Amino acid sequence: MTALAALIRRDIKIALRVGGGALIGVLFFLTVTVLMPFAIGPDLPLLARLGPAILWLGALLASLLTLDRLFTADHEDGSLDLIAMGQTPLELACAAKALAHWLAAGVPLIVATPALGLLLNLDASATSAVALTLLVGTPALTFTGMIGAALAVTLHRGGLLLAVLVLPLSIPVLIFGVAASQAAISGPLSFGTPFSILCALSLVSLVVGPFAAAASLRHGLD
Amino acid sequence: MRLSGRQISCIRGGRGVFSGLDFEASSGEVLAVVGPNGSGKTSLLRLLAGLLAPAGGSIELEGGEAELTLPEQAHYLGHRDALKPALSVRENLSFWRDFLGGKAGDVSESLSAVGLGHAIHLPAAFLSAGQRRRLSIARLLVVRRSVWLLDEPTSALDTAGQDLFVGVMREHLAGGGIIVAATHTPLGIEARELRMGGGK
Repeated sequence: MTALAALIRRDIKIALRVGGGALIGVLFFLTVTVLMPFAIGPDLPLLARLGPAILWLGALLASLLTLDRLFTADHEDGSLDLIAMGQTPLELACAAKALAHWLAAGVPLIVATPALGLLLNLDASATSAVALTLLVGTPALTFTGMIGAALAVTLHRGGLLLAVLVLPLSIPVLIFGVAASQAAISGPLSFGTPFSILCALSLVSLVVGPFAAAASLRHGLD
Repeated sequence: MRLSGRQISCIRGGRGVFSGLDFEASSGEVLAVVGPNGSGKTSLLRLLAGLLAPAGGSIELEGGEAELTLPEQAHYLGHRDALKPALSVRENLSFWRDFLGGKAGDVSESLSAVGLGHAIHLPAAFLSAGQRRRLSIARLLVVRRSVWLLDEPTSALDTAGQDLFVGVMREHLAGGGIIVAATHTPLGIEARELRMGGGK
């Protein structure tokens, strides 16, 4: 347990320090959301209707931006070798790293959502619906993204390959995240159905992600 | 305790690096792996560390802790230092102590032992290559593990650092440890030699 706590603490510390990149995600999220009204125009009802989708897309792209470093940094400096050699199962170590990544890079996105909702003419209830779906849905983005990050490390190609691998996997999360937000705002569906499916997607990814990432890392460590 | 390998072969990228390799090292012994570049010294160490799967043969550690595998009882000191530039010297070492667990020692003591006692609050980004190596060596001291797998351990170390490292190795051997070191330069310590063939 101390080993995993140490890993989580270290990753959060590195992410929050200069050059760590956790806050880059928030800045990117902010930029994407601020640009949207300029592109769409000042049609307030239209912005309010598109708001949840814009916020979800922004969060998805922002989380993708920072996922790249999840394993590459550890791979480049040799830490990953030592982590794989430790007594802690690699699956648990992967889960701890993903959790740290979500705390450092995912939670700030959710915290920023209310402020960005204002820019998109979303009222308080709509903003809180989006924030709630993001809170439940972003772990799924991180934990499925981790599989792509692990594959990208073993194939020695970062960035672009990661995006190509991870974006298709995040389609279900995006669909049900936006559907739940829309349901909360305008109906006619009930909020519960898509929201439960979103929760289920997150729970599945929490289980599958660490095993798939660890398998990929084990295969590629040489 | 005895570390032995029988008929080990290694294939990397579809090319046979070495095959039919036998070796043996007991408590208190150094096995110096020597040979030209590309003869498979690093591959052998990574096989022992469990980071590569052998294509054939078997590796055994007799007399170690029964419930642990060889990699879990071994320290691997590779070319890369496993240090985070954003963290201080103390934070780097504390992390590895907590993560590797086992019988852990005192961080400050280990840092003083490798001559980094004055730099504990310095971010690792500001360390020289030799200091980074010293910090990696401190990792071997802060967590007790009986088998050390060292890849060019003295590279980047100055003369004083090499002497210091010889002292560190002697202490480890006196405590019944085993060292397997890949090296081009003499380690400065009596060692059994394992000569790797020239890129068959």
